[in-house]
Amino acid sequence: MKASVVVFPGSNCDRDIAVALEKFQIKNEMVWHNETNLPKSDLVVLPGGFSYGDYLRTGCIASKSKILNEVIKHGKNGGLILGVCNGFQILIESGLLPGALLRNTKLKFLSKNVFLKVLNTNNNFCSNYKNKNIINLPIAHNEGNFFADTELLKKLEDNNLIAFKYCDENGKIESNSNPNGSLNNIAGILNDKKNILGMMPHPERVIDPYLSGEDGSIMFTSLLKSH
Amino acid sequence: MKFSVTVTLKKEVLDPQGTVVEKTLKNMGYSNIENIRQGKYFEIEINESNKENAKKIIEEICNKLLTNMVIEDYSINFN
Repeated sequence: MKASVVVFPGSNCDRDIAVALEKFQIKNEMVWHNETNLPKSDLVVLPGGFSYGDYLRTGCIASKSKILNEVIKHGKNGGLILGVCNGFQILIESGLLPGALLRNTKLKFLSKNVFLKVLNTNNNFCSNYKNKNIINLPIAHNEGNFFADTELLKKLEDNNLIAFKYCDENGKIESNSNPNGSLNNIAGILNDKKNILGMMPHPERVIDPYLSGEDGSIMFTSLLKSH
Repeated sequence: MKFSVTVTLKKEVLDPQGTVVEKTLKNMGYSNIENIRQGKYFEIEINESNKENAKKIIEEICNKLLTNMVIEDYSINFN
């Protein structure tokens, strides 16, 4: 399996993603945002960070960068795209995923571990979560408050396009376990074809049993299995 | 030709920053303040002599970049 990690000015989780991909034997190439050619890839990753200093709106300027035209083509052709944190914001601004990400309701940058329930394991990113559907991953964001109009929210729920929801340690999804005010506790969503996943939590930071745990590893083993 | 554009969150979108400003003003004693919405303001100069053409371009810019139409509305002012 081959992956490309897109690097924008201000990306800061690009190296972490690269380390995670390499650990799970996924060949990876870093691609600068000004490139007009995407290397042949099965997976494109838009990493976390503060691309273009979060100017205008988070992810907005990155969504207009040159490489994004190629990323959009890759996604439209069914190629896998993973957007983590700022990457999720870029996916939304580019129109590859629907909705919007607003500022956290309490207006604070949140950096902590949260529990998540995996709601859709029928996709290339999450298939191995079948055996473990309550996981613990870190979040680190200021704009992770997912917003959608009633129609879109219903569509996401009805078509099972919500990959992750914030929950408590027992898997209970309620407002107390919602860190940022996201509608219906949404932490990550899939597109209709389920080849594009955007999520606020960071799986790439939880791939080492000695340092953090392996709840994030499961995503990378799922991806590896898919190709 | 000069234009200005104001971008604000749609009415149905919660604006926590506006709410905090409103609460702070109330704490400062401005008890009759209600409903503050925070937005963004752009001043744009455009090299175009036809006002209608210019307005069309500004509208396009608003839709393509300045505004996220899912959550925001814009209004254009001719200065």
